[in-house]
Amino acid sequence: MSDLTKLTLSAARDGLHKGDFSAREITQAHLKAIDEAKILNSYIEVTSDQALEMADNADAMIKGNEAKPMTGIPIGIKDLYCTKGVHSQAASHILDGFKPEYESTVTSNLWNDGAVMLGKTNMDEFAMGSSNENSFYGPVKNPWRATNSDKDTVPGGSSGGSAAAVAADISIAATGTDTGGSIRQPASFCGLVGLKPTYGRCSRFGMIAFASSLDQAGPLTKTVRDAAIMLESMAGYDAKDSTSINIAVPNYEAALSGDVRGLKVGIPKEYRVDNMPPEIEKLWQQGIDWLKSAGAEIIDISLPHTKYALPTYYIVAPAECSSNLARYDGVKYGLRVAGDSLDNMYKNTRAQGFGDEVKRRILIGTYVLSAGYYDAYYLKAQRVRTLIAGDFKAAYEKCDVILTPTAPSAAFGLGEKVSDPLAMYLNDVFTVPASLSGLPGISVPAGLSSDGLPLGLQLIGQAFGEEQLLNAADVLETAAGFSDKPAKWWGA
Amino acid sequence: MSSLFQGATGDWEVVIGLEIHAQVISESKLFSGASTKFGAEPNTQVSFVCAAMPGMLPVINEECVRQAVRTGLAMGCQINLRSVFDRKNYFYADLPQGYQISQFKDPIVGEGMLTVELEDGSTKDIGIERLHLEQDAGKSMHDQHPNMTYVDLNRSGVALMEIVSKPDMRSAEEAGAYFRKIRSLVRYAGTCDGNMDQGSMRADVNVSVRRPGQELGIRTETKNVNSIRYMMMVIESETRRQVDVLEAGGTINQETRLFEVATGTTRTMRSKEEAHDYRYFPDPDLLPLEFTQELVDELAAQMPELADAKKARFIKDLHINAYNAGVLVAEKESADYFETLLSATVEKSGKAVSEVGTLVSNWVTGDLFGALKKLGLGINQSPVSIAHAAELITLQIDGTISGRIAKEVFENMLESGKSPETIVEEKGLRQVSDTGEIEAMIDQILAANADKVEEYRGGKDKLYGFFVGQVMKNTGGKANPQVVNKLLRQKLDG
Repeated sequence: MSDLTKLTLSAARDGLHKGDFSAREITQAHLKAIDEAKILNSYIEVTSDQALEMADNADAMIKGNEAKPMTGIPIGIKDLYCTKGVHSQAASHILDGFKPEYESTVTSNLWNDGAVMLGKTNMDEFAMGSSNENSFYGPVKNPWRATNSDKDTVPGGSSGGSAAAVAADISIAATGTDTGGSIRQPASFCGLVGLKPTYGRCSRFGMIAFASSLDQAGPLTKTVRDAAIMLESMAGYDAKDSTSINIAVPNYEAALSGDVRGLKVGIPKEYRVDNMPPEIEKLWQQGIDWLKSAGAEIIDISLPHTKYALPTYYIVAPAECSSNLARYDGVKYGLRVAGDSLDNMYKNTRAQGFGDEVKRRILIGTYVLSAGYYDAYYLKAQRVRTLIAGDFKAAYEKCDVILTPTAPSAAFGLGEKVSDPLAMYLNDVFTVPASLSGLPGISVPAGLSSDGLPLGLQLIGQAFGEEQLLNAADVLETAAGFSDKPAKWWGA
Repeated sequence: MSSLFQGATGDWEVVIGLEIHAQVISESKLFSGASTKFGAEPNTQVSFVCAAMPGMLPVINEECVRQAVRTGLAMGCQINLRSVFDRKNYFYADLPQGYQISQFKDPIVGEGMLTVELEDGSTKDIGIERLHLEQDAGKSMHDQHPNMTYVDLNRSGVALMEIVSKPDMRSAEEAGAYFRKIRSLVRYAGTCDGNMDQGSMRADVNVSVRRPGQELGIRTETKNVNSIRYMMMVIESETRRQVDVLEAGGTINQETRLFEVATGTTRTMRSKEEAHDYRYFPDPDLLPLEFTQELVDELAAQMPELADAKKARFIKDLHINAYNAGVLVAEKESADYFETLLSATVEKSGKAVSEVGTLVSNWVTGDLFGALKKLGLGINQSPVSIAHAAELITLQIDGTISGRIAKEVFENMLESGKSPETIVEEKGLRQVSDTGEIEAMIDQILAANADKVEEYRGGKDKLYGFFVGQVMKNTGGKANPQVVNKLLRQKLDG
């Protein structure tokens, strides 16, 4: 039997449905591969027993002709999702020992469809970071290394564990969450497809909150088709999330017609940022050419407030985070570090429980919401956010989707930017505008950098325009024909 | 009415504003399905949302929204079709989220005006600034362990309405009248039970003093005052304290104070410098709260009759005097009891409401309230059933017993629990209305007291009462007083 870990999600589905192999077999193959890839540190917790039990249930579903597309597919779950009775700590020390008594809606949807949980994947603590170096459980290593180099690179973040796991073939696909680029940027760094759906498409219930108005669940997969299949299972209205939107979930895979003739693709001039590496500029041009050759119409557009997106994001997201993370106070669950008064217990617990980046954002967020600063920062940022959303609204009068690079660079070296938070924040420059506007975005692997690291292109769609977005991404993927895999340096 | 406070150096005007926290009557909490029932074992009414578990999200309880709208309508305030929930951020052990979901800039209910009645019969208009919905916190229990604090989250997330007045009150009496008015409105509207001893209603009391006509003074806020009597004590002690400070040349600190029952005074809780910066911002987990005017109209159409309207109707339709009507509507339960008894009496006696209204209201406010007060019972704990009470009043209406006998029968009912008809039969208390029988008795009495008859006719009018008393004595009080009067007058004066 060929290596079951090399399969795409759609191929695995077809094989499972045809009976070429069982869910138990494909799950076992992945558990073995996980065991051999410990050095990547992509999983925080591997749930082997539960995985096999779920696989057996999936096999029963397949036998009973109740199989759904996700049935029997072994996947990794970002540690930000609450999974009942299983490690769910957002990779933070402050949630030590926390095992929820409930299941997030997105993971419930996946389990109801018969998907199999391999374990919880590593991430930047509370989803704050762009390199997965901010985890209490240590950094994740990107399976990709530069040509002829043995230096570790970062997988991107915050969904770095999920991305590394899929890239290393130790999960068929994985869930991520994206607040400012946390699915798309790691997808770009790891040669994967990463989809952030429209805000409100997937329920946030049971997802540990970072910035509530931006957080959105999405898949990290090997192909666009895989992303379409997985999103369909994850998405849906949920009465338990007041910001989830009651729109029926379409069959996304059926939207992949391979035909983009007449599709209007917008190219925003403001995304030609200073100091962008020429190879990214070149890749972007190549993407334009590919879509043009496929029959799409290329339209120059302007998103004039783009340059304000990053500062706006780094006000709004920390503001919400400073409030969302107030509940981690040592009183109810997780870490408690004793103190001689309530206030000192708070101080000790939060000082030891949170990492530097989380503390930095709590401080920024507390500052921008403070009396006397609120109007100048938070309120102004909300107004700019409205303008940024307005840019997209105006652009979509002229075009259907927008093509940009995903990130301003390929994966950088482990430890290279840890001491420079501002350089780190610049990673989100292309992904943050769509996040602030609640729009769907997808990163598609499009080529390799000069030193052999993957680069992605981003397509941004209209609100609830995932069908059109996935179809365009599918065409882009086909044209790019990206089939490289990281050279295996880990394992036995 | 002047309500100035006489200080050593002249008159001071007290300025009072109240923030009343009223717990919404609802089955479940403001943003979760957990029960709101009072008195359950600690931490038994706590959902994952109330305990602020990671990843949990609030979902608005629509009944709480309707209750807030009903309350706004009862107070005659503007209803805002769009309002926003904000987070009020602060750390405390009984605040699991680390923030309270409240409404800051855009409350669900806007301005209005209430008219309150004061003891001297005058009225006063008091403005309402707003009403907003918010979550209650849990309860910290400091007395369960020598060096630990226990937390009960049963109250965590329960819906509160914060009703904010304008600084329109000028005396403890006005503040008391305003609080009672709000309490009556929410109880009639069915939106808050008003049980202050269970913490369902409490007030933050803002007090400042100034020379009449001058700018507003610096105010203090005394938190969580949970009885009207305490609130009035807070105002009086705070007024005295502030006047003393100012007259001694000092200044008032803007601060939060606490009321101490033992001393009847307030003490500093935290100064302005220690005040929290709540860092309010719109809660990103909740969309703005929007509803239609149709919903408001529908709720308005279904509003129960409120105290003022009820009082007016009692006076106009039932011919009850204003005093009795006021006493009856003061508590919703009394008004309900009265109206139930009234219909039972109408049914039993076959008389019109306007004919029996006064009698029933006199009985409820006089005999019944007197007895309950003596027994230390509430109106809903009355030992006499509505049926028995209606029977008793009907016996009076149809002339079977006199008012005086009715009191005797009522005493007996309270002791024995027997029906009034049974008591009247057993004790032979039926009123004697037979003219011949009474006339014969009067003749006897007049004959036996010929000297007194002479004196009376000679101008000693007061003796009339003596003759009535003799007749009553001889009939054991059962003689119909009207018949006795009529015959006596004929015989003595005629």
